[in-house]
Amino acid sequence: MLNRKGRRWGADACVVGFSGGGVGAEFGDPLRERMVVPSLKLQDLIEEIRGAKTQAQEREVIQKECAHIRASFRDGDPVHRHRQLAKLLYVHMLGYPAHFGQMECLKLIASSRFTDKRVGYLGAMLLLDERHDAHLLITNSIKNDLSQGIQPVQGLALCTLSTMGSAEMCRDLAPEVEKLLLQPSPYVRKKAILTAVHMIRKVPELSSVFLPPCAQLLHERHHGILLGTITLITELCERSPAALRHFRKVVPQLVHILRTLVTMGYSTEHSISGVSDPFLQVQILRLLRILGRNHEESSETMNDLLAQVATNTDTSRNAGNAVLFETVLTIMDIRSAAGLRVLAVNILGRFLLNSDRNIRYVALTSLLRLVQSDHSAVQRHRPTVVECLRETDASLSRRALELSLALVNSSNVRAMMQELQAFLESCPPDLRADCASGILLAAERFAPTKRWHIDTILHVLTTAGTHVRDDAVANLTQLIGGAQELHAYSVRRLYNALAEDISQQPLVQVAAWCIGEYGDLLLAGNCEEIEPLQVDEEEVLALLEKVLQSHMSLPATRGYALTALMKLSTRLCGDNKAAILEKMPLVERDGPQADEEAKESKEAAQLSEAAPVPTEPQASQLLDLLDLLDGASGDVQHPPPLDPSPGGALIHLLDLPCVPPPPAPIPDLKVFEREGVQLNLSFIRPPENPALLLITVTATNFSEGDVTHFICQAAVPKSLQLQLQAPSGNTVPARGGLPITQLFRILNPNKAPLRLKLRLTYDHFHQSVQEIFEVNNLPVESWQ
Amino acid sequence: MIKAILIFNNHGKPRLSKFYQPYSEDTQQQIIRETFHLVSKRDENVYNFLEGGLLIGGSDNKLIYRHYATLYFVFCVDSSESELGILDLIQIFVETLDKCFENVCELDLIFHVDKVHNILAEMVMAGMVLETNMNEIVTQIDAQKKLEKSEPRQHSETPSLLKNKKLIWRGGVHL
Repeated sequence: MLNRKGRRWGADACVVGFSGGGVGAEFGDPLRERMVVPSLKLQDLIEEIRGAKTQAQEREVIQKECAHIRASFRDGDPVHRHRQLAKLLYVHMLGYPAHFGQMECLKLIASSRFTDKRVGYLGAMLLLDERHDAHLLITNSIKNDLSQGIQPVQGLALCTLSTMGSAEMCRDLAPEVEKLLLQPSPYVRKKAILTAVHMIRKVPELSSVFLPPCAQLLHERHHGILLGTITLITELCERSPAALRHFRKVVPQLVHILRTLVTMGYSTEHSISGVSDPFLQVQILRLLRILGRNHEESSETMNDLLAQVATNTDTSRNAGNAVLFETVLTIMDIRSAAGLRVLAVNILGRFLLNSDRNIRYVALTSLLRLVQSDHSAVQRHRPTVVECLRETDASLSRRALELSLALVNSSNVRAMMQELQAFLESCPPDLRADCASGILLAAERFAPTKRWHIDTILHVLTTAGTHVRDDAVANLTQLIGGAQELHAYSVRRLYNALAEDISQQPLVQVAAWCIGEYGDLLLAGNCEEIEPLQVDEEEVLALLEKVLQSHMSLPATRGYALTALMKLSTRLCGDNKAAILEKMPLVERDGPQADEEAKESKEAAQLSEAAPVPTEPQASQLLDLLDLLDGASGDVQHPPPLDPSPGGALIHLLDLPCVPPPPAPIPDLKVFEREGVQLNLSFIRPPENPALLLITVTATNFSEGDVTHFICQAAVPKSLQLQLQAPSGNTVPARGGLPITQLFRILNPNKAPLRLKLRLTYDHFHQSVQEIFEVNNLPVESWQ
Repeated sequence: MIKAILIFNNHGKPRLSKFYQPYSEDTQQQIIRETFHLVSKRDENVYNFLEGGLLIGGSDNKLIYRHYATLYFVFCVDSSESELGILDLIQIFVETLDKCFENVCELDLIFHVDKVHNILAEMVMAGMVLETNMNEIVTQIDAQKKLEKSEPRQHSETPSLLKNKKLIWRGGVHL
C-alpha cells in the first residue's frame, strides 16, 4: 500500500529525520531491502491512526505497529531506532503503553547524532522518571554531553536533567551544571540556571553551590539569564532565611533593573504590547515582595519605584495589567507608605470596571484577600463590587458575594440587603444557601429596625426557604414574639405568604405558629402597616388544613399546624377559660424549639383532661370544628359521646392519615441503633377500626455521616396484612438532620399476636449496611 | 511553577501532553480527560481561569486556558505564577508556533508533535519560564534544523560513539 507520498518502500533504507518529507532512494538495493524491515515513518503512522474509524480499529493499528516497534528494538537496529521511538512516543501521548521503549531512550541518548539524541532525551522526559531504576543509567551520558557536547546538545541534556532529574542525579551532576553557569554562551547559561533551581528543589544542600554565582549573574544584560537568575534567587530566598537576608543587599540593583525596563521605552526585543519584557518585570516584582516583606529598609528603597510602575504602566493590554497587578500585590505585602496602599486599592477598584473578565476575576480575588486588612479602602469600591454580583459566571459571582457580605456595615445595610436579596432571587442554586445565611447573619448584626428585620427574614424564607439553616424558624418566632407592636403586621404578612405557597417548610412553620398565636389579630381585619384584609375563620382553617394534609409538609410542620388549630379552636370561639391555650409568653432563646414541643405535648395532655369540663354548646362547637378537619370521620360520631377517657377525644382529634404519633397510650419503641442511626416505631390504634394498626417508622441520624439510599422493608405473620406507604425520603442527613418517616398499615382482624421483622439497607460512611432483625418487645396493646 | 501543559482539540483528543511533575501514565490520561471535561463546558465569554480538577488540583492550583480555533491550550499552574502573565505566555507560544510552521493549524500540530515539543522546550523548562523572546526561540529552532539536515544520512554500519564535539563523516548516502 503506497502512502500519499508514494515512497513507502524505498524510503526506509535511508533515514533523514522524521520531520518533513525525506528523500527516498530511487533505487533500492535489493540486498539492503531484504535486510531492512520496512517501517512506517511517523507521519504515515499518524495518518493510519487518523484513518481508523473506530476506537477498536485505532487500537488494532497501534498494537500492530507496536509489535513491529518491539521487534525492531529487539533486533537492535540503530538506523531506525529514533523513528521507532518517535512513533512510540506518539502513541504514548494517546494513552498506550510505551515502557518497552525506555532502554531505547538510553541508547539514543548515547548516540553521537543530534537527531538521535533529541528523540532520546525527549523520550527520557516522557517515559522515565525517578520511580524507574533505569533513569539513573542516563547520568553518564548527560555528564558527557554537558561537558563535551555542542551547545544544542548541552541544551538537550540540561532540559532533560531539569525535568526528570532525581536527587541522586542532581548530586552527581551539580559540578557540571555549576561550570556551565559561567560559560560565555547565554543559551546554555540560561538553561543551566533553571537546572540549578530544579537541583535545589531536589537537593536543598546544593543551595550553597548555587548561591555565590548569583551576584555576578545579576549583572548580565541578557534577559533570559536575568529571568533565570531572578527565579533562582527567589527559590533560594524562599528556602532559607539566611539567603533572604543575604539577598536583601541586591534590592537596589533589582530596583535599578526594573527601572531601566520601565523607562526603556519601546524596544522590539522583548516587548509585548508595548511593555518591555513583562515576564521579567513580574518576576522582579515578586522577588521584591519577598525581600521587602516585614523589612522597613528594603520597603523604603522600593517605594518610589513601585509608585512609578503603578502610575506609568500602560493598562490598555493584558501585559501591562499583569505588571500592574503584580505591583499592587507587592505594595500591599510590604511595609509601604499609606498613600501608596490607597493607590494600590484604587487600582484594584479600577480593575473591577475593566471590560476584560480575566482582570475582573483577578481583582475580585485580591480584594477578598485585602478586605480584612484594609477594610475602609476596599469599602470605597462597594458599588462596583455589588455590580459584579450580576456577573453571569458562577465563580465570579460567588467571589462578589463573599466580598459583598464582608462589606456590609450598619450604614450601608439597607442598600446592601436590597442588592443581596435581589441576587438571592436569581442566583444559581449552589450559592443560595450561602447567600441566605449571609443575609440572615448580616440582618441580625445590623438590622436598623425590628420590622425591617422581620421583613428581611420573611423575604429570605419566601425566596430560598429550603436553603436556610434550622435555627431560622426559631429565630424568627423569637423575634416576632418579642415585637408586640408588630404582631398584627407579622401575622398578616405571614398569612399572605402562606396562602401563596405552602411548600417552603420553614416559612410554613413560622406562619402556622404565628396564625395560631395571633389568629385573632388576623381576623380582626385592620392593621395600619399594610392594606386591610378581610379574612374569615373558614379561610384560615382551610389553609391550615391544607398544610396538614399536604404531602409536602414534614411531620414537624404538621405539628405546628396542629398546634395552631388547637389554639384557634379556643381563641376563635372567644372562650377565655381555657387558659392553657393563652398567648404564649416569650420563650428563652436557647432551645425554644424544645420548649415549644414540650408545650405542645403539655397542651395536648391538658386538653384531654379538659375535655369533660366544657359545657355542651362548647363541646359541639369544638366538634363542629372537627367536621371541617376530617369529613370522613364526621359521620362516625355526630354528636360524639363525650368520652370520659382522655385518650378517646384526643384520638378523634388526631385520627388523620400520616399524622405524627401523639403522646398516645401505646409507647414508642426504639428497635434499632447502629453508629448513631436509630429506628423508632410509634403505634396508633384508630378506635373506629380495631383491626387496624398504624405504625410510623422514624429513622434518625445523629452520626457525623449522611445516610443515603435508605430502604426499610417489613414482614409480618401470614394471618396479618401489611401495607407499606411510600417513605418520606431515602436520605437522613448527618447530625440530626431531617428524619425519614414511613407508615405501615397492618390489618389484624383476628387479633393474632403481632410479630414484625424488619430489613434495612442503606449507605453510611461509604459502606453498605444491611440489617435484618425481628422486633422484640412489641407492646401488647398493638394487637390485643 | 507550571505543573503541566496540555493541548487538545474540541473533542478532547490530545495533541500535546507535557507534565513537569511525575505522574503515572494512567493518572496522566485521567488528568487529560478531566481537564478537557472542565474546559469544554465553559462558555466563550467567561474568564480563562478554572480551579483545577481533583487530580491535578488542590486549593493551590489553577487551570489557565485559551481557546484557539479547534484547539485548547491549557496550562496548569500553582499560585506562584501570575495568571495574567500565563495568558500572555500562551499567546507567545502560539505566535511562535505560527512563526515556525507558517500559519499554524491543528494538522501541523498533529503531524509534527515532536517539533512542538522542541519549541516548547525552548520556552518552558522544568516548569519555569525560560525564554519569552520569540526571535531567540525561532533562531534556536532554525539552528537545530540546520544541524539535523547537516548530519549525513545514516547507514546500517554506524560507527561507534564519537566523543568529539564535531561529527565528522566520510561518505554520503549508500545506494
